Order: sequence, then structure tokens, then C-alpha cells
Amino acid sequence: MKIDFTHHQSAHCENGVVSNLMKYNGFNVSEPMVFGIGSGLLFCYIPFLMVNHAPAITYRTMPGQIFKKFATRVGVKIKKEKFKTPKAAQERLDENLKRNNPVGLQVGVFNLSYFPDEYRFHFNAHNMVVYGKEGDTYLVSDPVMESVTTLTDKELEKVRFAKGAFAPKGHLYYPIAFPETFDLAPTIKKGIKDTCRTMLAPVPIVGVKGIRHVAKLIRKWPQKKGIKVANHYLGQVVRMQEEIGTGGGGFRYIFAAFLQEASKELQNEKLKELSKEMTQIGDLWRDFAIDASRIYKNRSSKPDAYNQVANQLETLADMEEVFFKKLKKAL
Amino acid sequence: MKKSDVPQDKSNLESAHFRELCYAVDENGEYTTENSTGWTPKTIALDNAIQDIKERTENARKRAEQGLTSPIEYFMELNKMDLGILTSYVGFFRWQVKRHFKPNVFKKLSDKKLQKYADAFNITVEELKTMKYED
Repeated sequence: MKIDFTHHQSAHCENGVVSNLMKYNGFNVSEPMVFGIGSGLLFCYIPFLMVNHAPAITYRTMPGQIFKKFATRVGVKIKKEKFKTPKAAQERLDENLKRNNPVGLQVGVFNLSYFPDEYRFHFNAHNMVVYGKEGDTYLVSDPVMESVTTLTDKELEKVRFAKGAFAPKGHLYYPIAFPETFDLAPTIKKGIKDTCRTMLAPVPIVGVKGIRHVAKLIRKWPQKKGIKVANHYLGQVVRMQEEIGTGGGGFRYIFAAFLQEASKELQNEKLKELSKEMTQIGDLWRDFAIDASRIYKNRSSKPDAYNQVANQLETLADMEEVFFKKLKKAL
Repeated sequence: MKKSDVPQDKSNLESAHFRELCYAVDENGEYTTENSTGWTPKTIALDNAIQDIKERTENARKRAEQGLTSPIEYFMELNKMDLGILTSYVGFFRWQVKRHFKPNVFKKLSDKKLQKYADAFNITVEELKTMKYED
């Protein structure tokens, strides 16, 4: 049993699954559009939470939020289910496939056999589409992969019932109703306004203030934690920024692509200019990553080097502050 | 980032034969996508993180052999887990798992409890006890 589902590779899994499911249902929505309308862009330092023994920093909103906001704004109804037992989860999946309905699944990455070993961490908010079953093997469209892949029923059960933070509990979802009129313009504006609000939020750990907060922490790390730990922390900042799924530059390039598409949709020239500006900001994030990597490459370095990358982050915070204020007015 | 500047460095993606997708602008300033084989600054970051896990694992293995901790801690590190993740897999409290790190407590654990750990680590109880396993 195989559903006629077209796989398109995307940078980020959540955008990708939404975009692919929308395309399957006849609505041509690109990945950047999903990301922008769903207000995916963010910067947030999460205190007290340690991931892989380093502080948690994110360049995007919480898993599931992009999808949720996109669906509400566009007017797509989503059916979501979680399960107590793997058996029930598999039965419901099979039922859907029999009805010719490809479904989105939330899975853990650690036991995902087709991922490179080095990338298999206990991250439980990965997304994929299952579009068929042949014998005991499920046909999988994982949006970050170049082409489709497969998982056996045992393998799929493992990743659907991974444990830890964001445990998926077999989470399965698919669209059930679509809006009669599909007008993206108002939803684009809503998405942009929301992003401007969070990026400029008066909260010390969120948005531009969050970037400044992390810059301050970086200055303190070498004295407070020692060079080894400081390097490990800095490496984690870069990994969160550039990991598979970000599209490069901590999602800034995807956001710039969204603004460019939005400028055409809204016939707003200002957004086109702002898209260029966001691309430059993305380039500076990349420069920050290069300079940070020079520090942790050597596994030892002078405290001054940390101050320099912290300065870079502060410049980025200033630029993004100006940028999002302009973006708010450009609508 | 220009499309022609999308990095094509050697990375660990090669082993799985896949290239990730990046967003970049073409010659006309239009956004498009380009596949990337990897980027050195983040490959170094990932390699360092992996190295760190290896060191932690090796350290736990030595301490387990010296009788300073139980094999549970070793397998926890080997599986890239921390206390929180292991706790949610086995369904005990944090303090219980910490207690099971003590070699004397570990020796007295029931097979039922050991089985829970073995399942979490994808090994047999025998492998858990002896710390010998086949990958």
C-alpha cells in the first residue's frame, strides 16, 4: 500500500511536514511561508535547562508551535492524537494509510536508523510523514532527507515512543478541513507582527534582549566555568544555530526567504529591502559561528577571544532590534 | 549568503549519504535552496560534543571497573543519556536511579529492575552486569 505522495526536501522538519502535507492536499505553500506565517523565528535562552550538559539556546519557537500557529491563521483544521500503547498507535497509523491518508508523526531522533550516528541525540521533536506500508516496512518521507526512506515497524515503534523531554507518545496528526478561500495576505501580516512582538519582547531572555543576555554569559564563562566547559557551551550555541534544520544562520535565511515571498504576495517593496537586510544579518550570524569555532577548535584560548565573540552578538542584537522595529512599521 | 557560497565541506553527513538543505540567494538576488555537504565550523562543534561524550563514557567505564560506580552510569553515558532521560525510560525517581549508581545497591537489584535498565539501553541483563556487549 503506497499513497501517491510527493517528497520535497526542506531545511526544517516541522515546516517541511506542514508544507508537504499542504502540497499533497493541493495547496502550494512553500517552507519559508509556513515558517513565516507560523512565526517560527525566535531567539531564546532557556535558564535552568541543560541539553547535552550545556545551556539550552533556541533560534526558533517551541516544537509544534509553528504548525499550530500556521494552521490557526490559515484556517486549516488539524486532527492530533497521542496514544497510551504502541499497539493502539500502530493500529491508528495503519487505519489512516488504508484510507489513503498520509499522516505526520512526531518522533525521537536517537533511534532513527537512517540518521548519521553523530546526529542521533535524544531530541524528541522531529517530524516526518508516513505515506505507505509494504509488509512490515513503513514508507517514510523525512523532510530533512534528500529522498524518501523506510523504517521497519519495530524501528518506527521505537522512535514514536522515545522518552525524555517532549516524549512523542505516538503523536500522529493530519489536516481534516481546509478553508474555502485561501488568502495568505492577512495571515502573513499576522505572522510578521507576532514575530516582531516576540523579538522585541521586554523579557530578559527572549528576542534581542535574549541575545544580549547570552553575550553577557559568554564573557563570564571562561572565568566562571573554565576554558574546557566554556568551549563546550560555545560549541553548543553554534550547533543550535547551524544544525540541520536551521537552513543556515539560525533560521535567519529562511526568514529572509519568507520576507521576499511576502513582498510579492503583499506587493510591498519595503519587505523586499528588509529581506536583503535579514540576509546580511544571517551572514553576520555565520561570521559569529566562524569566529566562535576558532575559539573552540583549539580547546584553549585567551579570555579576550570570548569578549570578541560576545561583542559580535551584541552588534547582532542591536541590528535585529533596529530591523524588527522597521519591519513592524513596514506593514 | 550567495548560492555559490553555500559551504561544501567534508562532514559526518557523508556516512549517511545525505546533504542538508540551505537557503541562499542566486545571481539575481532571488531566494532559492542549495544542498550542502557540511560546514567546518559546525562540524568542529559537533566533533567536540562527540569527543566530550566519549570522555564521559570512558571515565564512567573506568570508575565502574574500579567499583566506584555501577555499570548503569556507564551505559547511560554510552547512550548519550543524562539522568532525566534515563529516569523517564526506566520509570524510577531520580533519587532511585542515583542510588542504583552505587555498586553495592546495584548488586542487590532485582532482575525485574535490571531488565528495565537493560531495555532502556537495548542490551541484555547479562551484558548490563558484565559491561560486555556487542554493538
